[in-house]
Amino acid sequence: MTEQNFPATPGLMAKALKEGIFAGVLALGMFLLYVGIKTDQNINNELIWYPRWGLLAIFVLVAGIGRFLIVGFVAPHINQRRLAKAKAGIPEVSEDKGFFRKHFLKIALVALVLYPPVVMSIYGTQGSLKFVDNFGIQILIYVMLAWGLNVVVGLAGLLDLGYVAFYAVGAYSYALLSDLFGLSFWVLLPIAGILAAFWGIILGFPVLRLRGDYLAIVTLAFGEIIRLVLINWTDVTHGTAGISGVAKASIFGIWSFDVGASNNFAKSFGLPMSSAYYKIFLFYVILALCMLTAYVTLRLRRMPIGRAWEALREDEIACRSLGINTVMTKLTAFAIGAMFGGFAGSFFAARQGFVSPESFVFLESAVILAIVVLGGMGSLTGIAIAAIAMVGGTELLREMEFLKLIFGPDFTPELYRMLLFGLAMIAVMLFKPRGFVGSREPTAFLKERKAVSGSFTKEGHG
Amino acid sequence: MASGTTTMSNDTILKVEHLSMRFGGLMAINDLSLEAKRGEITALIGPNGAGKTTVFNCITGFYKPTMGMITLNQKSGKQFLLERLADFEITKHAKVARTFQNIRLFSGLTVLENLLVAQHNKLMKASGYTILGLLGVGSYKREAAAAIEKARYWLEKADLIDRADDPAGDLSYGAQRRLEIARAMCTEPELLCLDEPAAGLNPKESLALNTLLRGIRDEGTSLLLIEHDMSVVMEISDHVVVLEYGQKISDGTPDHVKNDPKVIAAYLGVEDDEVEEVISEELEGGAR
Repeated sequence: MTEQNFPATPGLMAKALKEGIFAGVLALGMFLLYVGIKTDQNINNELIWYPRWGLLAIFVLVAGIGRFLIVGFVAPHINQRRLAKAKAGIPEVSEDKGFFRKHFLKIALVALVLYPPVVMSIYGTQGSLKFVDNFGIQILIYVMLAWGLNVVVGLAGLLDLGYVAFYAVGAYSYALLSDLFGLSFWVLLPIAGILAAFWGIILGFPVLRLRGDYLAIVTLAFGEIIRLVLINWTDVTHGTAGISGVAKASIFGIWSFDVGASNNFAKSFGLPMSSAYYKIFLFYVILALCMLTAYVTLRLRRMPIGRAWEALREDEIACRSLGINTVMTKLTAFAIGAMFGGFAGSFFAARQGFVSPESFVFLESAVILAIVVLGGMGSLTGIAIAAIAMVGGTELLREMEFLKLIFGPDFTPELYRMLLFGLAMIAVMLFKPRGFVGSREPTAFLKERKAVSGSFTKEGHG
Repeated sequence: MASGTTTMSNDTILKVEHLSMRFGGLMAINDLSLEAKRGEITALIGPNGAGKTTVFNCITGFYKPTMGMITLNQKSGKQFLLERLADFEITKHAKVARTFQNIRLFSGLTVLENLLVAQHNKLMKASGYTILGLLGVGSYKREAAAAIEKARYWLEKADLIDRADDPAGDLSYGAQRRLEIARAMCTEPELLCLDEPAAGLNPKESLALNTLLRGIRDEGTSLLLIEHDMSVVMEISDHVVVLEYGQKISDGTPDHVKNDPKVIAAYLGVEDDEVEEVISEELEGGAR
């Protein structure tokens, strides 16, 4: 049986063994100082170190055995399958898509709508909290942010490293205005969006002349300026202490989620008190906001302004030669992207009940940008998948208690999330340099809609 | 000079007067005046570095000239002073379109999308600056269909209709040249400026280009083109202007220019002191 599957390649096992040992030695060299030795401070503030041979051995063994298995078994198997396919005359990329791929979006949407009740019926009301909040809402916020940034980076090709500033503007707009004027979430949601768009235009004006690296630096600085203003303008923003007790969102004012209110949702329906209902409500709100973002983005792409954005990404000078006002085009891209950031920000404030400058550091911008790039610039599906992988992946790491059995009780998986983040980025950029979905869908066609390969599209330079 | 513009006859579409462009110490164009007639193909030729592309960039607003006046005279009688307009306004309002020496297409967009981007301003207006179009009100749907029809018309003219749904970056070099011309035509220009449209084309493609350009002229668009390929210039142009070192050295019909001793000297490289000789010989020959 095995003979048939893996026809005798003389010396395959020897080669695999050699490469496995080589990988092991390489891993030993690489991890000897990083993993094998731990430095610490003793009670006299002196530097001490002690070896961790066990952990080092695990790293080396994983690398060596992994390489051995890949060279010895996985690679021949894959080649075998490719060969068989080529012989049978089936092209590598099959043309007709399966049912799942054809209806992927509908299936995904139905699954998302059914997600909270299904989780609730499995884990109970209180048990569902973690799944709806950590995995549901958290991921969807990033999906929305990344889709918003996608308008600026993916479509218009303007590299924005300070996107989190608009998220902050939205969050503080909601927190401050609801605190000062007692306005409700549904009134403040559009206001927060408009204010963020306004800041987008304010940022847009001075940076319009800049391109490429210079634009990235200025947007980065803008993000930091907003954060520093939030920290230092203590009269209004309470500085680093932040604003707590931000009002919760209500179901259009009919039912409230405040525990003391007479129209409390759980009370009105005679349900046991739980914060899970609020989270489930928020899940549907952010889902609706995401759908709004996707709908508007998809519609805009088919409008002249959306085409102008993409044309701007491809070639700005050609755009101007065709009579397109590139200043206005860039400003609208900034404003629309910022508006979605503002929506997400006000939602974030309503969900968290607390905003502080801590939440709007540069790392957030970097994560959102990483999601856009990983997903494939311009592709909504790819970006959603990337958000699930990046945000869901890090949340999942918190749940990996069993890793402690392997790496010892001191091992905290969350600490390694940035390492895994980086590894995942490198892996994707190696194997899929244009992101998960590298091709782009044309916005108009004469005879048939053919996806444009990622090798033709440009990343933009401004 | 103001009187010059008002008395400008209606069959002149473009009038360049005393145009100068200085880059630091280099005088790229020195007091150049030329005219292009409506409904004609005017060719701008000259040795490398003569300043042809600089003239183009001044006309289309990519450079702001140091001195001079560029007047565009539309069919309707409206006049525009091009040196005062921003580059995109020249295409949008004055209706001057251009192509580039090194092709600038939107390579990641399909051929059809390239032509739709060119109709941006018309579609923007029809979609109520996006807002009405987003809500589905107004004439956007009808205008979008009309834009696709217009694109189809130019695709057929440029022989690209079979490639309409392919990315522009996937086309051959000759097809990319034709697409760039078709895209410029989709802006509905009165004057089309082509920067070396025949560069890098094989003889067959260059023949097809001649037909395309004549077709464009016969539909009422005037053309101004820079070209090195003399088979194209002599074949199709009605009027030729020759530049050397930023100055006009000859101006007239192709036949006149072909036999102008100054042009021959500029192209074949005669010593400076021999130029006078060449001219005087020519004059003597004419007298005999």
